Amino acid sequence: MKYLDEYRHPEIVKKLAAAIKAITTQPWNIMEVCGGQTHSIIKYGIDQLLPGEINLIHGPGCPVCVTPLAYIDKALAIAAQPEVIFCSFGDMLRVPGTDHDLLSLKAQGADIRIVYSPLDALNLARQHPGRNVVFFGVGFETTAPTTALAAYQAKQQDLSNFSLLICHVRVPPVMQALLRSPNNQVQGFLGAGHVCSIMGYHEYLPLCAHYQIPIVVTGFEPVDILHGLYLCIKQLEEKRCQVENEYSRVVNMQGNQPAQQLMRQVFDIVDRSWRGLGEIAASGLALTAEYEQWNAERRFAVATINTQEPRDCRSGEVLKGLIKPAHCPEFGKRCTPEHPLGATMVSSEGACAAYYRYRRFEHA
Amino acid sequence: MPDLELNCPLPLQYDQIVMAHGGGGRLMRQLLDSIIQPVFSNPVLNQKHDSAVLNINGSRLAFTTDSYVVKPLFFAGGDIGKLAVCGTLNDLAMSGALPLYISCSLIIEEGFAIKDLQRIVQSMQQTAQQAGVLIVTGDTKVVEHGSGDGVYINTAGIGIIGEGINSAPAGIQAGDSIIINSDLARHGIAVMLEREGMNFESTLQSDCADLSGLVQGLIQAGIDIHCMRDLTRGGLASCLMELADASHQAIEINETALPIREDVKSACEILGFDPIYIANEGCFALFVPEAQTEKTLAVLREHPLGQQACSIGRVKAAHPKGLVTLQTAMGISRVLDLLSGEQLPRIC
Repeated sequence: MKYLDEYRHPEIVKKLAAAIKAITTQPWNIMEVCGGQTHSIIKYGIDQLLPGEINLIHGPGCPVCVTPLAYIDKALAIAAQPEVIFCSFGDMLRVPGTDHDLLSLKAQGADIRIVYSPLDALNLARQHPGRNVVFFGVGFETTAPTTALAAYQAKQQDLSNFSLLICHVRVPPVMQALLRSPNNQVQGFLGAGHVCSIMGYHEYLPLCAHYQIPIVVTGFEPVDILHGLYLCIKQLEEKRCQVENEYSRVVNMQGNQPAQQLMRQVFDIVDRSWRGLGEIAASGLALTAEYEQWNAERRFAVATINTQEPRDCRSGEVLKGLIKPAHCPEFGKRCTPEHPLGATMVSSEGACAAYYRYRRFEHA
Repeated sequence: MPDLELNCPLPLQYDQIVMAHGGGGRLMRQLLDSIIQPVFSNPVLNQKHDSAVLNINGSRLAFTTDSYVVKPLFFAGGDIGKLAVCGTLNDLAMSGALPLYISCSLIIEEGFAIKDLQRIVQSMQQTAQQAGVLIVTGDTKVVEHGSGDGVYINTAGIGIIGEGINSAPAGIQAGDSIIINSDLARHGIAVMLEREGMNFESTLQSDCADLSGLVQGLIQAGIDIHCMRDLTRGGLASCLMELADASHQAIEINETALPIREDVKSACEILGFDPIYIANEGCFALFVPEAQTEKTLAVLREHPLGQQACSIGRVKAAHPKGLVTLQTAMGISRVLDLLSGEQLPRIC
């Protein structure tokens, strides 16, 4: 397939792996921020091609994994209303809330639908004027613009039976929170390519300068990830720190300006809790006052649901890179994709689920 | 490491059926193994073959049943009627049987258009006729509006198995070649692209087809068939895992050998699906002794449904738990695992 086969080419992969080996002289901890990158690394076995000195830390960039429990409980409370058609991206359906997940609620008769775009939910609202259609807006800056577009169109068309449960999050604040953490292990970042396709990478320049850490904006295919790692390791070995763009076929410095403008119009930047990581300042997006009418939290009076994150769940340590999934005593035992104890086991992008699917037998 | 006090989300023990219980993955296997199989357990059922093989008065009969709940009812390359006949014919064929007779049970929802029903039964008759089988018995029920999804079809079938043919999983041996007759994942993707909410333009057609003629060709050519399995729900990966488990063998397949159309690959990339877990309706895996690989491929390629036949891997050695590994193009070996249920489209 064009634009994919080139980036999965075995010979290029082998050359890059050899190049990494040739420049690596000491141990380095590098975090890939995005869950899509984690999935690729485990699926293609990219970490197996790296020298032993390179330790990959699987970062907090899986939207399913970091959506706080309170928002899953809010989603469940809204979706249980008989007049509601609750629309969500597919992999949110299996995330456990306090008592159950959206799939179980669907089995009990709730009208819960998988959509591929928030605009599909908007269409459902037009088709079912007698129902209350709610879209569950989760994800990073990658998915936030289409949610913003749905909110914008709903307002333009004065669509009163549509609303949004917004739990969008931002990448740069969580990178900063990790770097500030006293037990931070991360020495270099592979930046999340798709987020940067929207936001550009100018936001990383101050982070890189302040924390003296290399950040390489990286794509998702094996060649991309190895090339990103090569550039990052080269910086570390040469004691440089810069923001570099490995994913230049998709990303530029300024990003997608119309998308950013729409987001600014529809969303305010707010503090937000992350599952496993706690509250991070300015890390979330919420509808502005102008869009309050389309805020599902207000419409369904679920804003007061405030389920506390469990203190003992180890997914936070996984997300910070302090432990590998297999080091959790419950990994593959009480905690499996069928019965996840924490959200990192739910999504195919979650580090625990990725390890479970592809690596379980190595740890048995 | 300290003990965990887990007050994080409790593990969900589903006390009702969820869709994933029907997805051909781990939850479905748990349902069969814990709720259904133990209750009905008997030597014939416990063979875990696509059809039950019955010894009656010196003849060996294959007997199978399957229900069809596909949505949409009409899709590129087929419809629920064609699917219901082909699916049962294929289950018979996989046990090495020559299909003879099938049944047709219709569960129709109040309000369903008669002309659509006509199209469906005509499609069933046409498919049966082409395969040389008769639809000899049936049943029709109507349920209230909202209690069904247009129409559900159940078919059962019987066929006769020739002497010396045994294609149950127990026949799989170390050293066997694994051959498939066509490209993967076409049915699942074709159906998915036609569902509500998907706005893809595509010329992709389901691979829905009756494989019994192709299988009879192999038998007549004297191929030493060790095992056959059609790669339906859960796709190639799930079927091979079931076979590895049932035969206690380690299986290795080569990623570069798997035939997958470019448009199917593209759709899978966009949706975040892995094509080796996507359903097929005209594709099967065949285990033969390595020495017969070329001959088998030649026989398959003579038939229109076997033009793309290829060898995709081999049975490595006995393995207590059964194991399937995928050798990737990058030279890395990856263990395949059953999914929980159906694949869910990923967020980004």
